[in-house]
Amino acid sequence: MSSYLISGGHVIDPHNNTNDIMDVLVEDGKIASVGIGITSDKSSAEVIDASGKVIIPGLVDMHVHLRDPGREDEETIESGLRAAARGGFTSVACMPNTEPVIDCASVVEYVKRKAADVGFGNVFPIGAITHGLKGETLSEMGELVKAGVVAFSDDGRCVMNSQLMRRALEYSKMWEKPVISHAEDSSLAKGGQINEGYYSTILGLKGIPAAAEEIIVARDIILAELTGGKVHIAHLSTAGSLELVRQAKERGIDVTCEVTPHHLILTEADLIGYNTNFKVNPPLRSSKDVESLRQGLKDGVIDAIASDHAPHARHEKEMEFDYAPFGLIGLETTLALIITDIVGSGVISLSKAIELMSVNPAKILGVPKGSIGVGDTADLVILDTNAVLEVDPAKFESKSINTPYAGRKLKGVVTDVFSAGRPVIRDGRFVSEIVSLTNQ
Amino acid sequence: MGTALGYWEQEKSSLKLKNKDLVSINQLSKEEITLILDMAESFKSISKRPIKKVPTLRGRTIVTLFFEPSTRTRTSFELAAKRLSADTVSISKSASSVVKGESIKDTAQTIEAMAADLVVIRHPASGSAELLARYIKCGVINGGDGSHEHPTQALLDLFTIREKFGKIEGLKVAIVGDIAHSRVARSNIFALKKMGADVVVVGPPTLIPRDIDRLGVDVSYNLDAVLPEVDILYLLRIQLERQGESLFPSLREYASLFGLNRKRLEAAKSSLVVMHPGPMNRGVEISAEIADMPQALITTQVTNGVAVRMAVLYLLLGGVEVE
Repeated sequence: MSSYLISGGHVIDPHNNTNDIMDVLVEDGKIASVGIGITSDKSSAEVIDASGKVIIPGLVDMHVHLRDPGREDEETIESGLRAAARGGFTSVACMPNTEPVIDCASVVEYVKRKAADVGFGNVFPIGAITHGLKGETLSEMGELVKAGVVAFSDDGRCVMNSQLMRRALEYSKMWEKPVISHAEDSSLAKGGQINEGYYSTILGLKGIPAAAEEIIVARDIILAELTGGKVHIAHLSTAGSLELVRQAKERGIDVTCEVTPHHLILTEADLIGYNTNFKVNPPLRSSKDVESLRQGLKDGVIDAIASDHAPHARHEKEMEFDYAPFGLIGLETTLALIITDIVGSGVISLSKAIELMSVNPAKILGVPKGSIGVGDTADLVILDTNAVLEVDPAKFESKSINTPYAGRKLKGVVTDVFSAGRPVIRDGRFVSEIVSLTNQ
Repeated sequence: MGTALGYWEQEKSSLKLKNKDLVSINQLSKEEITLILDMAESFKSISKRPIKKVPTLRGRTIVTLFFEPSTRTRTSFELAAKRLSADTVSISKSASSVVKGESIKDTAQTIEAMAADLVVIRHPASGSAELLARYIKCGVINGGDGSHEHPTQALLDLFTIREKFGKIEGLKVAIVGDIAHSRVARSNIFALKKMGADVVVVGPPTLIPRDIDRLGVDVSYNLDAVLPEVDILYLLRIQLERQGESLFPSLREYASLFGLNRKRLEAAKSSLVVMHPGPMNRGVEISAEIADMPQALITTQVTNGVAVRMAVLYLLLGGVEVE
């Protein structure tokens, strides 16, 4: 296996408290050495000049919809992993709301096998809490864990039956796997399209009140306290939810949470014009909520940033607002959005941002990722934080184009990606393409 | 061209609206609204002639595209178009068939292929008129989209108010009923505020949408307290199909708290007028007897609707004469 000496880059590795100009030596798929003035014993090591660039651990997106199996027209495991790599993510956790649902070992095995066939990147399947996401009976969690799921979620649907949620939190303790809560009281949110407030009123769209989320966040925190289970709040979006998590953490309850870039950047005011690419669940909230979430990043209450990458067919997004599906894609824009709008405006440092997108989600999921330590698997990303990324859906690796950011100019371009020590992207191009060009 | 329009013909070049579409009252300036109302006055006289037709829009094609059943709005638009000699094509679709496949974009492309000059769309989903306008080159009139807007209804209501009172500014209007789900309420609030009227919305809190006060309206849960102060009582239709949503306990209780009846009317100004966009639920928001009293301008609204829609069609199509 080839060796690489990545030299002179600014290594940001929050897990190992590294934040300095250093060299990284990759040998046999692992990190062989990190330090200043490293040389390789192997004369064959290819030297990659990373001066002026940033070296970060391959990022971990803990909330992705890969649509495979079932909706391969929207995304496949391969296109999803390519989109992830393009965006600096070498690991993704995929939600179980596929067709069929990831609620039994055979579907987990299908996902893992297809991911292995891609040849790079890591897919960590999340198993369903309940059979068929129906919210009625627990899925066979033991079998799912054995097959390789890292967490449980009925994402897209809330487990409305509190007894069932209690059982899930209790039962999953056997493997210390988190239960990821899609916090949305379905009776309060029923028929809702956007955040309830001034904008839902003037646009005549049915509102989803913040309370629909907060009631379930509160319930699940209380159930976590009761059971000692691990609860993780997916796509937290309101100031009230954040406050509940803050208080729970102060009380020592085992709760973690993630936020999405769109809930940190966009607001309900962006719904003027009824652009369905801004239709997402939870809905874009008020500017006050956005301010609170940004403060939550600063204070450390928020554990992770996740894209909630949700591909949808173009013809489905071109429906009337009420009929268009919820969701937007984010794998290829998340890192640049966070660098530009969150780090760029001084909310948190780049190092903190990387922590929220690498080691923290890895810890929540219990996977050995997000670290550039000696002996770690060499999942690495080289990033040019000054280069401009113009968001052009036509150039996406994803099979879908439902982004609200088309045309935006962002800072932060992923130039090189290594997965388990093998180059995936070099100088902005997929290695597979470089090879095929050479062969022509 | 009849004499009633002679004045307008002379100044034709300035007689256009800024936008190709009318999807929201907010697209219109105060001056444009006044222009539409003035023009509708001229057109109203045409409706009183034995031959109710002028050749103004001859050769133009107007498509009415209705995804919801509606008799009065559709008939009103078609009558307006025909009195201007335009050709009309009506397309009815059930919203359920749309959900199954055809998107608003597909519909737009179909209409485009028909070389229509103007489309009137009625749709149960808010924002559909705006989306259609984005996908299509010809003009779009919103004939009511979900709970969002129904701009020509508001214009005909303004026309009716101005005709009755000689002005709009300074009048106090109470809009009563299901404000939350009413496109008529939204368009009227925008239009009345723009023209300088005071607006109070009245209904149970379950039917008053969040932050409505930010539109510059007062909010009241008590019709009897509001009634003595208002010049115009605008009653909205209670949508009976919303019964299952627990927005209020029963039609009986709604009628007792917010229904207009003769006894309640005693507290009102003698000059009070009652308006309703139709169709009415007699015995719910309005008692049968009141609907037929002279204070009720409900049939006048219907008559004026044709004239106002003629004005809107004329102005959006630029009023270009074929001959």
